Amino acid sequence: MSELRFEDVTVRYGTRRRGLTAVDGVSLAVPAGEIVGLVGESGSGKSTLARAAVGIAPLTAGRVLLDGRPVPMHGRRRPVQLVFQDPYSSLDPRMTIGASIGETVPRRDSATGSALDRRAEIIRLLEFVELDPALAGSFPGQLSGGQRQRVALARALAARPEVVIADEITSALDVSIQGTVLNLLRDLLGELGTSMLFISHNLAVVRYVASSIAVMYLGRIVEYGPAAQVLGDPQHPYTRDLLAAVPESGHPAGRIADPTPQAVADAEPADPHHPPSGCHYHPRCPIGPLVRPERDICRTTAPGPDHRQHAACHFAGSPTTSQATNTPTPTARPVPVPGDPTI
Amino acid sequence: MAQLSAITATGLPDDSRPARPGSRWLAVLRTPVGACAGLGLLLVLALAVVAPPLWSGQANRTDIGAMLQGPSARHWAGTDNLGRDIFFRVLVASRLSVELALLATAITVLAGLLLGTAGVLLGRRAVRLVTAVVNIAVAFPGILLALFFAVIFGVGAKGAVLAIGVAGAPAFARLAQTLVAGIEQRDFVAAARIAGVGRVRVLVRHVLPNIAEPLIVNAAIGAGGTLLAFASLSFLGLGVQSPGYDWGALLGAGLTGIYEQPIAALAPGIAVILAGLAFNLFGEALAKGIGLTTTLSRVPLGRVRRPVRSSGSVESVVDNDGGPVLEVEDLVVTLPGHGAPISPVCGVGFRIERGEAVGVVGESGSGKSLTALAVTRLIEEPGRVTAARLRFQGTDLLTGPARAHRRLLGTGLAMVFQDPMTSLNPTRRIGRQLAEAARWHDGLSRAAALAKAVDRLRAVRVPAARRRARQYPHEFSGGMRQRAMIGMGLMGTPALIVADEPTTALDVTVQRQVLDLLAAIRRRDSVALLLISHDVAVVSQVCDRVLVMYAGRIVEDLPAADLAATARHPYTRALVAAVPDMRTDLDSPLAVIPGRAPDPARLPAGCAFAPRCPLATDRCRTEQPPLETDAEGRRVACWHAGPVAPEGAARERDTMIAAGRHE
Repeated sequence: MSELRFEDVTVRYGTRRRGLTAVDGVSLAVPAGEIVGLVGESGSGKSTLARAAVGIAPLTAGRVLLDGRPVPMHGRRRPVQLVFQDPYSSLDPRMTIGASIGETVPRRDSATGSALDRRAEIIRLLEFVELDPALAGSFPGQLSGGQRQRVALARALAARPEVVIADEITSALDVSIQGTVLNLLRDLLGELGTSMLFISHNLAVVRYVASSIAVMYLGRIVEYGPAAQVLGDPQHPYTRDLLAAVPESGHPAGRIADPTPQAVADAEPADPHHPPSGCHYHPRCPIGPLVRPERDICRTTAPGPDHRQHAACHFAGSPTTSQATNTPTPTARPVPVPGDPTI
Repeated sequence: MAQLSAITATGLPDDSRPARPGSRWLAVLRTPVGACAGLGLLLVLALAVVAPPLWSGQANRTDIGAMLQGPSARHWAGTDNLGRDIFFRVLVASRLSVELALLATAITVLAGLLLGTAGVLLGRRAVRLVTAVVNIAVAFPGILLALFFAVIFGVGAKGAVLAIGVAGAPAFARLAQTLVAGIEQRDFVAAARIAGVGRVRVLVRHVLPNIAEPLIVNAAIGAGGTLLAFASLSFLGLGVQSPGYDWGALLGAGLTGIYEQPIAALAPGIAVILAGLAFNLFGEALAKGIGLTTTLSRVPLGRVRRPVRSSGSVESVVDNDGGPVLEVEDLVVTLPGHGAPISPVCGVGFRIERGEAVGVVGESGSGKSLTALAVTRLIEEPGRVTAARLRFQGTDLLTGPARAHRRLLGTGLAMVFQDPMTSLNPTRRIGRQLAEAARWHDGLSRAAALAKAVDRLRAVRVPAARRRARQYPHEFSGGMRQRAMIGMGLMGTPALIVADEPTTALDVTVQRQVLDLLAAIRRRDSVALLLISHDVAVVSQVCDRVLVMYAGRIVEDLPAADLAATARHPYTRALVAAVPDMRTDLDSPLAVIPGRAPDPARLPAGCAFAPRCPLATDRCRTEQPPLETDAEGRRVACWHAGPVAPEGAARERDTMIAAGRHE
């Protein structure tokens, strides 16, 4: 049981002049034994954050801590493991799946110090992810997408990780298979007590697996809180936007009266290379300066997260209350740790 | 192996075939070119081994009495200025020539590999330096480098081997670098690093095996070139020195008397050509053999199976006055498979009325995309499309001139693909690309076409349309590109928009925008829509009617509003239940469909869904259920398609959950 904590993590690519800040001062905690969901659109920096946690994206600033100590990024022992989105790319096509899993099995058991029997360990892991151990000798090409993703999961678990990061692990799978992988994931983590950062763009999926949810927009966390609260009473307009966009199966085109103004509905996602000033979300915000010209503060000042659910919005709150209270709360203080689970 | 042909047929990445390199190398030798080249190479190598011990005596015996003779029965290729037999000298020289060429190739490969894979082993700064060195070295012509090094290393065989070997290294290093860069991006390399695998191990276990094939092919072709380069150096007197001799030296010696005795120069020349050809052809055959394994064309299309006429005919649907936009009956798509042709789409029939939105849902491999490609005539050889009827706006697409069909489809049909980046030309401005269609089909002037393009961009709600028309596709975001694609479709006057997973690559917020846009266009111009998606939720939001496909057949055709509550096919119900939504019960496991979709090459005898179906009986396993139309015009192909009571549905769901847990 370990806690993974991002402290003011910034990841920047490229040069000073023509660079891209993929992750911009993110602080987030994945409490021990919990599943934290991270949602946001493509280009919001979710995957970069995941890669930063395992050391394949370089940190420009900030720290990634595991129980208060920096996550080891060198050597054999890697307590943070990542499961990739695309099971067709994440397994070496020329290695048997047994060999792929075996590569991650540590030489010795960290608890007892005794040498691990690699073969037995591979069989144990395959059974653990509900695959036939006889498959150990087969190549990834002979498996279906769902089976491959289970192998990838088994490989991550082989390292006996304290934290697993799942980066869009079901988005490349068919819906019929997605369910089996999600069910398996919930069962396994419940059994092992491993913490997990579950990244997805699909709110319905995140809602199903995660106990708390963080919403990311253009490199920043804009809202964080217990899943039921974030989904039930979203404070940030972007979270509300995401929720409204979730298609509901079997409930056909009932959206007749969409209150969203056309200017907002047609706004383009911001370019991460040239993030907007102030609040990154203001060019798309349905309660921002686009709709209410007097709210100029959104253009100039980045909001702090000191609202309910750490919502980084000057006018955070449910849409009705925000329209009633017109007094802005201009806060641009240094960002405290919004992912602090104690708050 | 069972799902092998299915995977190839559905166009999944090529590494989804089982990796059995050995069998593929052997397969190369079974092609005519491969067999010839392999045999030739074997002969050259065998000659190089056996020639010196067998014929050194004859080759080196000087005979002052028979100097500079022409070809004769005793000396097939004549003699040289010391009366030595040239034919035997050419045979014996094969050892040195081939040996030196192989040595030089080995040096090339080794040096090239070291330079090319340095990126995996070294730090970022060192890699930059290595890359710069390679880039500069590649800029020099190979023969120039070889001459330069030959002078440095000194005249003689050893110097020539080093010179040619080193001169070839930069090009090889560049190739290796490119291949390594491609592999390094793959997630499995990142996964190995995360697992704590060391750099050398990553190189040896993950990178090298995955780049070996093209490198080996290139080395084989390179050996032929090296042989030639060696002959050139020896010919120039920079290579093998007397008393040693290789083909180049023999050629040089023979050339002095070419007018009196051409055979003395021709014999070693022919030897060089034959040996070089053997190496090159073998490399080419390997390259071709390896490149071919993933394509479908290796197995010739055999007899195309005539489909059994499905009873799910659409005749019963009442014709309205405008006539349907699209009528399809008994559509079969046949692709060559491993062994026998397979039919991933089999007996599909439906019609789309004017302004109607029809969705097609199913798992990957169900044939939904192929159906769309088939009705828009976009399936190319070796795929085959047959149908009992295929009419677009009343025109029969099965008969008549293809030119007229292209024109009709070009203006009357708009196609939107999943990835707009690959369907737009990255080097041309968006406005121009849209205008092209209008100039081509309507004969508009350039300015008028461009004005229309801007107008259409405005119609698909691209902000600042005039300015954005001058931009390139990479300057558009994913959602905007998809709008531009739809705008391109609207350049004509489409009666039907076929959208194949148009929002799968987009974010949910953008997905909503694109779906709203499609719905708005549909309402405004009463354009019909055929929306293909794996996402039941998306389809049910936009469409009036939904076709559910399974294993290449339509298993249910029902109003979208009925999807959630009164679907009659167990597969449809399972598909709907499997999608978690914002109301999914958090305390129970998700419903899943146990098992996996069948391989189109070996469909079960009865209902294809039977092995995964909780309601399946013996009849389902032996007898294919027909697609039957009920009184309300809904169609379903299931022996147990009675209206399901809520308790029945719940029991079925529990079975599915239970089954899914033990899958």
